[in-house]
Amino acid sequence: MKVLSFRGGVHPEYFKDISIREPLRAAPLPRVAVVPLSQNVGAPNVPVVSKGDVVEEGQLLAKSDSFVSSPVHSPVYGKILDIKKAFHPSLGPVLSVFVERDQDKQPRKYPERDVENLSPGELVGRIRDAGIVGMGGAAFPTHVKLSPPEGVKIRDLVINGAECEPYLTCDHVVMTRKTQEVLRGIELIIRILEPERTYIAIEDNKKAAIFAFEKAIKESTRSALSQVRIAALKTKYPQGGEKQLIKAISGKEVPPGKLPFDVGFLVQNVGTVYAVYEAVYFDKPLIERVVTISGDCMNRPGNYIIRVGATIKDIVEQYGIEIYKEPVKVIVGGPMMGIAQPHTDVSVIKSTSGILFLSEQYARDLAEGTCIKCAKCVDVCPVNLRPTKIMEAVKAGRWDAVERFNPSDCMECGACSYICPARIPLVHYIKDAKSYLAGKKRK
Amino acid sequence: MKKLTISVSPHVFSPVDTRCMMKGVLKALIPAILASVYFFRWQALGVILACVAGCMLTEYAMRRLSGKNYTLNDNSALLTGILLALVLPPALPMWMAFLGGVFAIAIGKEIFGGLGHNTFNPALLARAFLMAAFPVALTTWNQPITLDAVTTATPLGLAKFSQQFTHWMPLFMGNVGGCIGETSGLALLAGLGYLLYYKIIDYRIPAAYAATVAVIAGITHLVAPAKFASPLFHLLAGGFLIGAVFMATDPVTTPVSPRGRWVFGAGCGVVTMVIRLWGGLPEGVMYSILLMNACTPLIERVTAPRRFGVTGRKAA
Repeated sequence: MKVLSFRGGVHPEYFKDISIREPLRAAPLPRVAVVPLSQNVGAPNVPVVSKGDVVEEGQLLAKSDSFVSSPVHSPVYGKILDIKKAFHPSLGPVLSVFVERDQDKQPRKYPERDVENLSPGELVGRIRDAGIVGMGGAAFPTHVKLSPPEGVKIRDLVINGAECEPYLTCDHVVMTRKTQEVLRGIELIIRILEPERTYIAIEDNKKAAIFAFEKAIKESTRSALSQVRIAALKTKYPQGGEKQLIKAISGKEVPPGKLPFDVGFLVQNVGTVYAVYEAVYFDKPLIERVVTISGDCMNRPGNYIIRVGATIKDIVEQYGIEIYKEPVKVIVGGPMMGIAQPHTDVSVIKSTSGILFLSEQYARDLAEGTCIKCAKCVDVCPVNLRPTKIMEAVKAGRWDAVERFNPSDCMECGACSYICPARIPLVHYIKDAKSYLAGKKRK
Repeated sequence: MKKLTISVSPHVFSPVDTRCMMKGVLKALIPAILASVYFFRWQALGVILACVAGCMLTEYAMRRLSGKNYTLNDNSALLTGILLALVLPPALPMWMAFLGGVFAIAIGKEIFGGLGHNTFNPALLARAFLMAAFPVALTTWNQPITLDAVTTATPLGLAKFSQQFTHWMPLFMGNVGGCIGETSGLALLAGLGYLLYYKIIDYRIPAAYAATVAVIAGITHLVAPAKFASPLFHLLAGGFLIGAVFMATDPVTTPVSPRGRWVFGAGCGVVTMVIRLWGGLPEGVMYSILLMNACTPLIERVTAPRRFGVTGRKAA
């Protein structure tokens, strides 16, 4: 099999064995779900319920009239306890709806519906109403992505199953255990966009997923699936970055400040595709997702189906997870781009792919040393930047020189910080440079 | 979960840190050090010890005087000392070698602000200083193994001043006159292999340097074989290998942009060959690298990597 790749990147230790063979486990429902009103890129949502209301599972909690936005729904049957600020994993305190679960009610059943006669517009409408957002991390509203601007033709559709972040296996289990469902989701997206080519992109360390899709496609009688190809990718971080995927598959580069559709591409994460399938076939809003719980501090690692709004603290207590080693970091997401949390009163949101409990041994904080200009950061940067130059300019306060090094091209994958032998948090300096330039532009 | 650490991502790091990289270079130098002790016996040992002592004591003293934290454990002073020793003649008085070590760290590194901030390769800068201060001592060579006090000529000297070209075999093994660590091609190539295998250095500078030297030597050799030596001779003789493998690849003083590394290596090759073939000195590796060190900021400026997603003239 031809293995595709891009220039640069790093090879961190993957630690996927901890959870990769664990099945998809349905987790207990949260006692109190804390649902942040806004979980995605776009306009902020306004609550449509108020304190004391009794809500059904899947009932709309908040929405916005703006096109670039995505509604949120109640993950459980219950009562609205309050609407107040609570901790969001990447934004800190944001307005959230507290739903106390009605212990007597069984979770809702979602009957399958006929979808053959739905038009592309109706499909996109269902996806919008279900509150589907990109579940690979960016949380961009999916219906917006599936509505390319006038005159833009999506020729290539890429289903992103690269999952290049260490520890995370949530996409892998969806691919291996929900293969048929993902394929039906892909079919729906093909119906909406009518691309010329469709790829399922998977890193070559996930042979089981590659095999599952190859077999399923070969055995499928659906005509839409005959154009779907598996793109095996070299196992390398950040292979799953949109621009890197497109580069690896087609050799095309998305220009700075542009989006994949500018080169005729659209990339969807496999988790999102699975959510699209559930939304369209079962009219089920995005109220739960697969989350990898892993690390070296606890027992029962695995891939859990967790309701949006469940807090980490609640998960640990209810799922019988025993923390037997003091973690120094609790990370939401993967260890390369994930966010270290100050405490565990943090909700799972639509884009939460993993919760990691890491001890001193695996998440050391290292003192920043001196740059010896070894250029490893330059060699690993997947977008041809010179992180050391940006860092030098930021440190010296030479803001006029910073722009020359194009810090805005950085997608903050962290490959440079990972490889730096002096342990310089290069991404942090690049973020500084970016916010300086953004501030200058506003002026 | 009493106290959780918050920090910016990523939360995991490559196991290779600065110290580990320096250690890697030191390991790659082991064959050259062994060869130097084999060919030049106690003289080599003396020069190495004097240089290392000069470097480490100076770093300790300067850090103490300026009240900054001690940095000896990053291994870089040790490395500078060994590199300097390897490019000095075996019969050099120990005090001169020690002085060289002092100069390398004091003027070559610490006054710029320490590790990572110097413009010139400290070991080569110290060698240039010794060359200027003690020209006779720095060009007095004795026989390997026998350590005959009778001075001998280096292969490059013989080639330049009497058109006598040494056979490649002794050059490869190291049984010729020269600086203590530069004579054995075999030992240095073993070091190169180690550095490349463990990705401690990038191949571009040594590759560009070697290719440029080979091309210039090849053309001149074809034009006048009696006057100019073959490419193989130039690649094995004198300080080329130690320069290309250990000096021109010093990260601090060379460009970070990939294209810049090609330019740097090629520039070293051109200057080396111009000095070797037409200059007043038999050898030009040291000056070529120092000159290119000075050009590094300029090279960096004109060799910016192509911006991702931008092709054609708008690039860079």
